Amino acid sequence: MKGDPNEQVLLKALANNDSKAAETIYKENFNMVLAFILNNNGSYDEARDIFQEAMITLYQKAKSESFVLTSQIKTYVYSVCRRLWLKRLHQIGKTANGVENFESIPVEEDIEIHERRNAELGIMDRALNSLGEPCKSLLEAFYIEKKSMDQIALSFGYTNADNAKNQKYKCLMRLKKLFFSQYNIGE
Amino acid sequence: MEDILLLNTIERYLEGKMLEDEKSFFEQLRLNNPAIDQMVVEHKLFLQQMDEFADVRNFKDSLHTIHSKLSETGEIRSTEEPAGFGGKVVQLWNRYKRTAAIAASIAGITALFISALAIYFSPSADKSQLERLSRDIAEIKKTQIVTNNTLIKEAAEPKIPKGAIVKTGGTAFLVDGKGLLVTNAHVLNGSGATVTDKDGHEYNSKILLVDRNIDLAVLQIDDRDFTAVKTLPYGIRRTQPELGEELFTLGYPRDEIVYNMGYLGAKTGYKGDTSSCQLSLTANPGNSGAPVFNKNGDIVGIITTKQAQAEDVVFALKANNIFKMIDSLKAADTSFKSVKLPLKSSLKNMDRVSQVKKAQDCVFLVKTYN
Repeated sequence: MKGDPNEQVLLKALANNDSKAAETIYKENFNMVLAFILNNNGSYDEARDIFQEAMITLYQKAKSESFVLTSQIKTYVYSVCRRLWLKRLHQIGKTANGVENFESIPVEEDIEIHERRNAELGIMDRALNSLGEPCKSLLEAFYIEKKSMDQIALSFGYTNADNAKNQKYKCLMRLKKLFFSQYNIGE
Repeated sequence: MEDILLLNTIERYLEGKMLEDEKSFFEQLRLNNPAIDQMVVEHKLFLQQMDEFADVRNFKDSLHTIHSKLSETGEIRSTEEPAGFGGKVVQLWNRYKRTAAIAASIAGITALFISALAIYFSPSADKSQLERLSRDIAEIKKTQIVTNNTLIKEAAEPKIPKGAIVKTGGTAFLVDGKGLLVTNAHVLNGSGATVTDKDGHEYNSKILLVDRNIDLAVLQIDDRDFTAVKTLPYGIRRTQPELGEELFTLGYPRDEIVYNMGYLGAKTGYKGDTSSCQLSLTANPGNSGAPVFNKNGDIVGIITTKQAQAEDVVFALKANNIFKMIDSLKAADTSFKSVKLPLKSSLKNMDRVSQVKKAQDCVFLVKTYN
């Protein structure tokens, strides 16, 4: 099965952070995944978590340069969710009912890549969280919320942008230290 | 302070914010100073990680926003239960249906095992192989409400006495235009009986004669509402049908008359019984006492039993038993001396639909009560 050209456009938009595209994919697939997980010993919240995990996998895949989607988005999302959920069930020692509503495709490799990335991002997350305030908020404002130094200076109460910048570099150095104590560059 | 300056420089370099000569100067510095080069590589990696981290985190946030927006507008489900259903129960069912299924299977297997034991140890009656085709109480009761409703339309009260318990039901057919009916003896399990025609008119009847050996009974319609039939459309044949001969029957496995067809499967009945024969057609409880016609519209038999373990193996009493019954009736009661059974069918050479149309007026639903 080849990917639909319309879906290719949709995925391109998703990769470019078009929230409309994310919304469309969300709308068209969430109920299916919810039904699958409810049918297989899961709850609504678990279904939401698993589905969002799959959305992130799809997003990361769409962003990667080597990206080619060889199936329909629906099939892909379902397959990832199914795989993730069966794995989760296995971990907590439950079994699935074996209810299969849709065809699924092998997605092991994508999930593996996704999980490795997740582990890396987990290092950053833990490093940020052990940084303490105001460093954490300051760096998040700059790197995640992408605020300018002037805005940051204003909202954090620094007298000027340069002061904020100095503070930011001090925090950054501490963060890097925390990060690289966990992260192995050799990888 | 120097470290901060260096970090600032590296960031500016990586972000491409340096001017041309500053950039070439810095690149020269990288080449000559491995420590600085190492720092640049390291920082580049760090920023990549940070970028991706920010990216995924922002995407996650947007997913949360999308989720709450879509569940508010109802474009995705916002709770576990599918809209409009008793969610908790459904959820419980979903959760425990596996367990329930296993429990049910175990119960089922145990039940089967126990009944197998019971069958094995209980003395086996020969007749258990046969299933009488009379309908029993529960089913009739269920359907009686419907019958009564249609009767009210006809402005007639049910003819079963008040407080009487309906016991069994079956089929009977006229053998004499003035209201003599023949049915199976096992259909008449009560003290009284009513008969109902295909339009739902119910008539009181008297049980004149019951012969449990042959399994036949004669009823007489005893009701002012009943108008005698001048000539019966069918005849009753003394001779036996031939093997493979096409046969059809009309009966009341339901409150409505039902047509079925088949053929003569064997000239004798269960275990070689010569008073009956074997038919291959579909019969259900309620078909007991139903007439079996050949293609000329002659009655050749009366449906009595079917083999319990086999599909479509039905036994019918041969029609010559009807003559025997009427003869013994005449012997017992002289007022029936003048009764003459119809011998000639007027349905010959008609198509099946017309045959059925004519014959069905003379086939009745029998209900017995105590």
